Amino acid sequence: MTIQLSHFSAAFVFALFASIVFGITHRETTRDMIRYGLYCFAMFLGGVLVAGWAMWLIRR
Amino acid sequence: MANSTTTKAKAAEPARPASMMPVIAPAIGWLIPGAGHLIQRHWIRGLLLLISITALFVLGLMMQGHIYKANGGDILDMLGFIGDLGAGGMYIVTLAMNGGQGAIAFAIADYGTKFMIVAGLLNFIAVADAYHIAIGKKQ
Repeated sequence: MTIQLSHFSAAFVFALFASIVFGITHRETTRDMIRYGLYCFAMFLGGVLVAGWAMWLIRR
Repeated sequence: MANSTTTKAKAAEPARPASMMPVIAPAIGWLIPGAGHLIQRHWIRGLLLLISITALFVLGLMMQGHIYKANGGDILDMLGFIGDLGAGGMYIVTLAMNGGQGAIAFAIADYGTKFMIVAGLLNFIAVADAYHIAIGKKQ
């Protein structure tokens, strides 16, 4: 069984699962875990979008 | 004087019972992602780790990612092997079933390969976290 993810959906799934693990393992309290997980998720996806737009600008 | 203070502080500390948990939790956590947390009764954390790491690894396989073996040859293959090895039981089962033999011929297969390596590396972090909980360094 194979799956074909688009580039963005692959980045989304990666960011989601990696952020969950980072949140749980890098903070002590539940509240801090959720906050740090959301922060990591935003940074992952934000980084993808910024890098994408940067490459688009370079290509022009 | 400082010595007597240290002695009093030591006497005030409750003695921790000797436990095998600092050995068992990381070992079982490596074999099954999140299990190191589950046996220490951190149910939600353990389940979330299990789902996240397993999903990354399985998605990597479904994206026809490549799994590295110990005798890869060049340094990048060896680093890939170390990453994959972190997935523990899933890596062993995949190798036994002859899975992950993709040739990385297209971008999604390359993503899949990285998914599996990262799943292994994330499991290493989860194992370290389970150890820290077992020794009482983290709640």
